[in-house]
Amino acid sequence: MELQAEGLTCGRGGREVFRNVSFKVPAGEALIVTGRNGAGKSSLLRMIAGLVRIGAGRLSLNGGKTDTPISEQAHYLGHQDAMKTSLTVAENLQFWTRFLGSRSDSSPALELLDLAPLADLPAIYLSAGQRRRLSIARVVAVSRPLWLLDEPTSALDVPSQTRLAEIMRSHLAGGGIIVAAAHGAIGLERARELKLGAA
Amino acid sequence: MNPFAAILVRDMRLAVRVGGGALMGAFFFLIVITMTPFAVGPDLALLARIGPAILWLGALLASLLTLDRLFATDHDDGSLDLLMMGDIPLELTVAAKALAHWLTTGLPLVVIAPLLGLMLNVDMHALGWLTLTLAAGTPALTFTGLIGAALSVALRRGGLLLAVLVLPLTVPVLIFGVAAANAAIAGPAPFGPAFTILCALSLASLVLGPIAATAALRHGLE
Repeated sequence: MELQAEGLTCGRGGREVFRNVSFKVPAGEALIVTGRNGAGKSSLLRMIAGLVRIGAGRLSLNGGKTDTPISEQAHYLGHQDAMKTSLTVAENLQFWTRFLGSRSDSSPALELLDLAPLADLPAIYLSAGQRRRLSIARVVAVSRPLWLLDEPTSALDVPSQTRLAEIMRSHLAGGGIIVAAAHGAIGLERARELKLGAA
Repeated sequence: MNPFAAILVRDMRLAVRVGGGALMGAFFFLIVITMTPFAVGPDLALLARIGPAILWLGALLASLLTLDRLFATDHDDGSLDLLMMGDIPLELTVAAKALAHWLTTGLPLVVIAPLLGLMLNVDMHALGWLTLTLAAGTPALTFTGLIGAALSVALRRGGLLLAVLVLPLTVPVLIFGVAAANAAIAGPAPFGPAFTILCALSLASLVLGPIAATAALRHGLE
């Protein structure tokens, strides 16, 4: 499996964010997207996730399921956590695992992210870091090969960052692909880097 | 549980939890119907004549009341992004959300309608027929309103737009709903034709609503 982009161009709100971006990420490798604020890191991730229209260029996931779009083979971890404050932690996670097409139980993911003691708490009482961990639990609970992580370490404390790095490493070891937007190190040693020019 | 059922259960759960809008429509409906006899005065004949129209107007406005939040809340917290990345077609996702909205907003209206009909001096034997028209017609209100809800999310700050877009589309439902109810109560026109058209409107919106709403959501990609 390989994620391949050729000559991607993105325009938002009539302004060109980036142009002619090309990269290749083979299975088991990570691509870290860096660049100044407004360089289009988030736009690039959302474009791969199918949430932003591709202005020009081509994007393909070679060797995956050919008849399903990339968006159905990818996890998107954005700035917003997509959790409902009036539902409990377990209900939120359970909904997303079922909706995203997993039949498996979501409680191992809660354990992995140290959220099991909070399972019955409404999500409104969670701190920013705990909400982030809940979003990561969603990514872990449903198996999809391509992970699109937008500044995954933001709001996480040091032990959680270490845990996230372990999770990402095991995903890569299992033949997954990670594309992450980041400003600092996210704990992956061998990662390709794509620098987007400042706007 | 499949993805369709998962959305249905989640949205119904959200509607009955704190901050959900499940009872808002029903209470609004209750208030409108309760106040009407005071506003119109103690003219029982007049009340009976305008009763079905008031009930239908109340149901229409009550359904639209909570509709603008249908996609807006999911858009605001990022859920809509993930809903668009699901394994099932977006049309089904959208239809599940609409169904949940009808079950929590439309169905309660239908259930309390017979009781409120009494307050408007609707004939006892006609109450059943009147309720039947609401049961057949309120899904059309939700599923046409769906289009407006999707468009107003795509275009941002579209609360007013929702009403302007949706109300003209609901006019046929209102006309044939009231016509069927009046036919059942007073005649002389037969109940059948108007009621059949009402059912047809509901069925058509059941199919077209999710398709149009999905197109609007996809168009809103930026």
